[in-house]
Amino acid sequence: MAKSLMKGNEVIAEAAIRAGCRLYFGYPITPQTEISETLAKRMPKVDGLCLQAESEIAAVNMVLGAASTGARVLTSSSSPGLSLKSEGISYLVGSDLPCVIVNVQRGGPGLGGIQPSQADYYQATRAMGHGDMHLIVLAPASVQEIGDMTQEAFDLADQYRTPVMILSDGAMGQMMEPVDFEGHTPRELPEKDWAACGTEGKRRHNIVNSLYIEPDVLEKIVKERFERYDAIAENEVRYEDYLTDDADIVLVAYGITARIAKSAVNACRKAGIKAGLMRPITLWPFPEKHLAELAEKTRAFLTVELSMGQMVDDVRLAVEHRVPVHFYGRTGGMMPSVDEVAAEITKIYESMKKEA
Amino acid sequence: MVSILLSGFGGQGILFAGKQLANAGMLAGKEVTWLPSYGPEMRGGTANCSVIISDDPIGSPLVNTPDLLVAMNLPSFEKFEPRIAKGGTLLCDSSLVSAKSTRTDIDCRYIPATALADEHGLRGMANVIMLGYFLSFNNLFDFDFFLDAMCAKIPASKAALIEANKKALKLGYEYKG
Repeated sequence: MAKSLMKGNEVIAEAAIRAGCRLYFGYPITPQTEISETLAKRMPKVDGLCLQAESEIAAVNMVLGAASTGARVLTSSSSPGLSLKSEGISYLVGSDLPCVIVNVQRGGPGLGGIQPSQADYYQATRAMGHGDMHLIVLAPASVQEIGDMTQEAFDLADQYRTPVMILSDGAMGQMMEPVDFEGHTPRELPEKDWAACGTEGKRRHNIVNSLYIEPDVLEKIVKERFERYDAIAENEVRYEDYLTDDADIVLVAYGITARIAKSAVNACRKAGIKAGLMRPITLWPFPEKHLAELAEKTRAFLTVELSMGQMVDDVRLAVEHRVPVHFYGRTGGMMPSVDEVAAEITKIYESMKKEA
Repeated sequence: MVSILLSGFGGQGILFAGKQLANAGMLAGKEVTWLPSYGPEMRGGTANCSVIISDDPIGSPLVNTPDLLVAMNLPSFEKFEPRIAKGGTLLCDSSLVSAKSTRTDIDCRYIPATALADEHGLRGMANVIMLGYFLSFNNLFDFDFFLDAMCAKIPASKAALIEANKKALKLGYEYKG
């Protein structure tokens, strides 16, 4: 199929429809509104529903209701909206409900700004809601990957009965690149025999719930859920290595920042510095084992983020002080230039040379 | 690889012009990215977009030092002209930008695109005139290929615009300043 030139946000909408999602509940916020806008046009044409709720809180609870019936359902927002949705997301996790949640990140905290940011990494990977919980967090770095990953997200959600987050940002959302929707191979998925979708008098009714008054029952259920998390960590870690084999410095960056980092790596290679890039594609589960392996080969890491330094914590945990882990970040909606990142690599390289 | 920055006021069709370049690049089998400025500038302030057209996969989609700058108002000229890469090109709508570049390491071209558009009953199509002029000196795209790519994007409900776009693109292409 010929490729189309589309915005990242539009591609999320189109890919969701291709994945069989027919329900979207959201509330507008820059820079993700094209998702709602596209679905408002598209959903009626495929007998689906795109509903603008009265608030983010209403929208996420509509997701909970729809997901309880076993339907594929999507919601999207940008940073402040995700904070509002966090209660509902914890309920979704506590009820073992599959759904796809998109965060097109903007600067924070508070209302912050509307320009691209990656300052919700902690929120997405540590505490997207209260309680012992995780989400699968995917970080696409091209519009094509957004298309493939959005479809994959619905499969992952159904396979592991968990919400899946696509952690995008303002730049990824607004950027246009060529895309087709052929890249995704659907998974074989279990029956949704837990769904509360009507019994027709033929079986006992299902209950979808996150309240367990007896602590021993709750502990058992949380532990079972964590066994599923173990399986996810075992099977679903994804990353991209770029010129890491002989690298003296390995950059770690995800999403739009990985694009800038890759260009900086190329610039440094031209100047004779052996730089490489490890791009986590899944932020949870994080490619920690792979980083530990790289730590045996390389001399230093440089994490680049659109934040004051969040993912760098995961890099440090994985590297366990084998080699130094540096950080370079811009925040508030500012994006580093390729030259800025290349200068940072050069600085670290020069200081390593001096020490040697 | 060619990196292009298009800039001007919101409403001049800056983002549209950038999309035509990216779309033609895609149809020519190249790697392309299009990244707009977004936010309050879309509502009357300055607007700009970064376009990269390349034979190889594109890293950063941000254009900080453009090979080509299209400047369609004075604030854009003042902000971006100093950032043009050495050996790069400035394309300036001289009906809206009275300033001239003093740089000697870039190729400066001044086209009175807005005045030309008004003279020919093509109000609001200075952006397409600029694109046409771009095609005349850069061998990135063949004129007919670009015209077809652009017209294919115009929906049937706006078919009347095809002729006007054709006229504007040709006007820019044939302009000899």
